[in-house]
Amino acid sequence: MGRTLAEKVWEQHVVRRADGEPDLLYIDLHLIHEVTSPQAFDGLRMADRTVRRPDLTIATEDHNVPTVLGPISDPVSRTQVETLRKNAAEFGIRLHPMGDAGQGVVHIIGPQFGLTQPGMTIVCGDSHTSTHGAFGAIAFGIGTSEVEHVLATQTLPAYRPKTMAIEVKGELPVGVTAKDLILAIIAKIGTGGGQGYIVEYRGEAVRKLSMEGRMTVCNMSIEAGARAGMIAPDETTFEYLRGRPHAPTGEAWDRAVEYWKTLRTDDDAEFDKVVEIDASALTPFVTWGTNPGQGAPLGSAVPSPEQFADPVERAAAERALEYMGLAAGTPLNDIQVDTVFVGSCTNGRIEDLRAAAEILRGRKVVTRTLIVPGSMGVKKAAEEEGLHEVFKAAGAEWREAGCSMCLGMNPDTLKPGERSASTSNRNFEGRQGKGGRTHLVSPQVAAATAVTGRLTAPADL
Amino acid sequence: MEAFTTHTGRAVPLRRSNVDTDQIIPAVWLKQVSRTGFEKGLFAAWREDPSFVLNDPAYEGATILVSGPDFGTGSSREHAVWALQQYGFRVVIASRFGDIFRNNSTKMGLLPVVLPEDVVKRLQDAAEADPASEITVDLAERQVRAGDLVVPFEIDDYTRWRLLEGLDDIGLTLRHADAIEEYENGRQPWLPTTV
Repeated sequence: MGRTLAEKVWEQHVVRRADGEPDLLYIDLHLIHEVTSPQAFDGLRMADRTVRRPDLTIATEDHNVPTVLGPISDPVSRTQVETLRKNAAEFGIRLHPMGDAGQGVVHIIGPQFGLTQPGMTIVCGDSHTSTHGAFGAIAFGIGTSEVEHVLATQTLPAYRPKTMAIEVKGELPVGVTAKDLILAIIAKIGTGGGQGYIVEYRGEAVRKLSMEGRMTVCNMSIEAGARAGMIAPDETTFEYLRGRPHAPTGEAWDRAVEYWKTLRTDDDAEFDKVVEIDASALTPFVTWGTNPGQGAPLGSAVPSPEQFADPVERAAAERALEYMGLAAGTPLNDIQVDTVFVGSCTNGRIEDLRAAAEILRGRKVVTRTLIVPGSMGVKKAAEEEGLHEVFKAAGAEWREAGCSMCLGMNPDTLKPGERSASTSNRNFEGRQGKGGRTHLVSPQVAAATAVTGRLTAPADL
Repeated sequence: MEAFTTHTGRAVPLRRSNVDTDQIIPAVWLKQVSRTGFEKGLFAAWREDPSFVLNDPAYEGATILVSGPDFGTGSSREHAVWALQQYGFRVVIASRFGDIFRNNSTKMGLLPVVLPEDVVKRLQDAAEADPASEITVDLAERQVRAGDLVVPFEIDDYTRWRLLEGLDDIGLTLRHADAIEEYENGRQPWLPTTV
């Protein structure tokens, strides 16, 4: 019987297999940031261990960094960032600190440098590591104990997850984005639907996505509970990689591409589970609740808890509406927001900024609007295209690179009761600041919302 | 890691689903560089509500958290596990767990126990009816016992053995250093390095 993409990549990385034990899996790339690493480095020191492969490890500062120029004013945040600098220096790990041209959100810089390649295993102490699966890599988030394990051994003991195919049939209609697609998928299978699985996104609509769109889809695999998300590499992948700083060159490139072309699910392979979704029926999608599965088409209304047959879902919906300050039956288009955030590892790449700029060009925002490039590289590219001038002319704030308002660890937060339209990945209670209320949206919907002050699709401008 | 064999304690019923790790420990607590002091941040936002179950003195000193489905979804922060342990929890029972949280728990010796939703509800009912009632979680026998209730739970042999012995994962892996080196010698030559 044939093998799935996930099985092929997994098998290629098994260092040791023994009955009754998890596989020992080799890790090709370990991404580090300041939040989940300090205790791991402490563990190494306490056990008198070292980093086995600093040359397969890279660090950046992202979660804590302010997105306005200047030093970190919060002393606790500053200590955490300084701790990363000390650890990187002590263990010989390449670091892109604040202000460096290579600095950025950890999941933005890996692909940007060409370090993320098909068929690799990639881990990071961050759940959105699933982003890198867009290249046909197995990429997943780990906790600090596992960060320490990878630092010390460059391996992880792990059982191979089951495999799930998400078959996206048909084509995405004009104006419907990768973000809308993944939000619709999560709403369909639920926040626990992917638990225990590596998901492979397949089908015509997925093939037609750009690399950046594929990253947006894979990024939010974790929001469906999946261990990882993957897309088979193809010409789009190879073209994206060609010429990037760490991509192979010359004969090595040819050999790599030859191998990468074998990284597809065989026709006779079987998945443990198959889910189908019709892309052609999708419209812009937003969340109304406090988990990413609580979403609906923007043209619809806030659902009533009674619509949910499952008592657990009903109770969750009741609680979510209370937290969000929303009444059932309210048209989603009528929801007023205080802040719009475009950025994060989900939607902080150049195509996302171009999409937002296209809508904001010649218009004015009526709400506080933060445009935060995912990396200094993205920032530079955007400024070369003049996108920053478009944002500034519209009245939006053009910021430095960082995780920003995706999570409340840096100065960019919501105040209690404030409501945002956000291109990030989580609408959990308090995620963007204590008491803040988050609606997850695409960059296009975020930009249109900034113009009207209420949740709006670009087509309705 | 502290070994886990069997544990008997009182339970806290947490009747919520999708308890994500941002609720277990809000991001602002993640700025610490030490491994201690996280108990103060456990469910920090929810604990501001006087009616939140952890604020009920009847459950003071309870060591087993019995939650609705999809406990520990979201962020990979192991701080969620540290916060639960440092607060005093040894076991979390739910019908479904986020994969990363579950992994992190077993690395630290906090036991995640998966039981069917109807059993979880019975345990929550019992803990509500009598907060002094006790639950025994027996890892050696893979069994949960509470009053008349005796239910098995599944956990793979390897993880169970590691928890029973309190073994350090890294030490176990380093026994296979030769295999790692051999694998490294055969890696595809085009794979990138960060240097």
